Amino acid sequence: MQAQDTHENSVKSGRGSGEAPLVEMRDISISFGGIKAVDHVSVDLYPGEVVGLLGHNGAGKSTLIKVLSGAYQMDHGEILIDGQPVEIANPRDARANNIETIYQTLALADNLDATSNLFLGREMTTPFGLVNDAAMEAECRKIMAQLNPNFQKFNDPVSALSGGQRQSVAIARAVYFNARILIMDEPTAALGPHETQMVADLIHQLKAQGIGIFLIDHDVHAVMELCDRASVMKNGKLVGTVDIADVTDDDLLSMIILGKQPAQKAE
Amino acid sequence: MTETSSQPVPEKAKPSLFQQLELDMRLLGMIGAFVILCIGFNIFTDGRFLTPRNLFNLSIQTVSVAIMACGMVFIIVTRHIDLSVGALLATTSAVMAMTQTELLPQVLGMGLNNPATWAITIVVGLLVGTLIGAFHGWMVGYLTIPAFIVTLGGFLVWRNVAWYLTSGQTIGPLDSTFLMFGGTNGTLGTTTSWLFGLFATAIAIWALWSGRRAKAAHGFPVKPVWAEATLAGIIALAILGYVYIVNSYAIPTRRLQRMFEARGETMPEGLVVGYGIPISVLILIIVAVTLTIVARKTRFGRYIFATGGNPDAAELSGINTRLLTVKIFALMGFLCAVSAVVASARLANHSNDIGTLDELRVIAAAVIGGTALSGGIGTIYGAILGALIMQALQSGMAMVGVDAPFQNIVVGSVLVLAVYIDIVYRKRLGAK
Repeated sequence: MQAQDTHENSVKSGRGSGEAPLVEMRDISISFGGIKAVDHVSVDLYPGEVVGLLGHNGAGKSTLIKVLSGAYQMDHGEILIDGQPVEIANPRDARANNIETIYQTLALADNLDATSNLFLGREMTTPFGLVNDAAMEAECRKIMAQLNPNFQKFNDPVSALSGGQRQSVAIARAVYFNARILIMDEPTAALGPHETQMVADLIHQLKAQGIGIFLIDHDVHAVMELCDRASVMKNGKLVGTVDIADVTDDDLLSMIILGKQPAQKAE
Repeated sequence: MTETSSQPVPEKAKPSLFQQLELDMRLLGMIGAFVILCIGFNIFTDGRFLTPRNLFNLSIQTVSVAIMACGMVFIIVTRHIDLSVGALLATTSAVMAMTQTELLPQVLGMGLNNPATWAITIVVGLLVGTLIGAFHGWMVGYLTIPAFIVTLGGFLVWRNVAWYLTSGQTIGPLDSTFLMFGGTNGTLGTTTSWLFGLFATAIAIWALWSGRRAKAAHGFPVKPVWAEATLAGIIALAILGYVYIVNSYAIPTRRLQRMFEARGETMPEGLVVGYGIPISVLILIIVAVTLTIVARKTRFGRYIFATGGNPDAAELSGINTRLLTVKIFALMGFLCAVSAVVASARLANHSNDIGTLDELRVIAAAVIGGTALSGGIGTIYGAILGALIMQALQSGMAMVGVDAPFQNIVVGSVLVLAVYIDIVYRKRLGAK
């Protein structure tokens, strides 16, 4: 398996060159109280690729992805990373597999500062086992200088930050720890146009580094712009997965709304 | 460091001299309230409140509630509550009383006042307290029963387990060494107290200095030197001032005579010996310093505050919040047992009503000390100050001669008022 390397010059990244996908979620099902939130869905992701997950509210896209990030337990199915089956029982397991998630709800502890949030669960410690705040703040300042050079509020709790600033903390957290697989759940939902552009630039940058990204979004235009492929879900089922290059906005919309696979476009 | 970490901070309005001290306004407010309270009572009692004797007593009366309040901060910060601390204190106290008066001397035949009795007793007590606390935490964390219910049940259960263990009798006298943890029966003496005071001052200044050095090493802004020095001066004054006060409370002559007689010596005429720092206060200081370090400088503490701020975020960050809950309640149980040592040793016996209503005093102390019931916010020193303010209020009113019902009416009103002031203060600050 030569899946580790990324081919930056190939348009479709690792896909199509016979490599194993970075992530493969096979035949995943999960139900809550008899309702099938995700019903036998399979999706995959190659290095350096952005796969959009589209669908209405309640289509099951967030639930599907929470199985990968360890927040939910699947009832049925299999997850493979680099072709190897893995067990993801909780968020710690996901992190151990270099899967990082940026949640819609941001998942920041409001009462802590940016540095504490960035390193939450993975604090740097001194030789005595105490947390090394000064060293962590220095690292935090470094990464924030790259992501959001205007960011200055290092000693305030994140509750005092704007939506964009909070988002940059959440992104910094996902990027800092050498993620290979990044899950972004509506990363631009709370952001203004300038900040949205910032996130888009970041996605291109991460893609170039060979990181695989699952992007969950309502917005068809954003998906058309940022993604290589899109998987559309409706009522817990997978409608289909398409190459963005082969479809139009309208094709995607009809998949989302009508659950209809675009004719003759299937691979 | 690279250039990025030393970007110039945009110049805001020049901070005032006072702001440069970077003091916690809430802490200042509480100290202010405490000082006003003390001066007020001193005036109404014709100077009997601010005497070495009364301040000494005030500190040993505060210890038991203050130790538990430290643990309650962590409980409330993680959005839980513990209504069982008074009952848990009673159970651990009963266990220790039975261990030192029945189990060790009679069942195991070690006899009364065996030199090992106090140590074995305390180990047993701490173990029992920690296990019961952990059991509560397991029910809250893993069985997801609300803490309110678990500890409300615990409140009834442990209060009556204590009753059952002792058949409702007052158990005493306790082991003579054990009694040293109570207050007047065990103090450091004047010389050791001064040495301790100097040592504590040195540690505090070292902590300030090393914190400053760590910041400076990474090129972060630091306070001006004069502000740092002022702070160090205030801390030194507080520590050494307390030592001076407890050292100038002289052991009563009659008592001193008995102490000499017990050793078969005669007391020199006109000898004056100060008490010095009570061992129970020393225990409180150790608990407070340790837990403050835990809260600020350990992963455990960081996770406690993160969980309180956003439990989902903590869980998604890979923190095992269930196990964390067990640990926090186990710590609370441990501290209840420590308080039980202090409380029963102070009373010199175990009585059936020991720790009654302590759960409410402990919660009130934590809340007056700025711990937010909505979680995520709270400090150890705040809780101790809260306990001190409550005790000062209670003792002061008793000294002034306020009728018993009015005492509790005032304490209750002060609790509500303190929380209201806190809410107003936080709104002004713009924080949550």
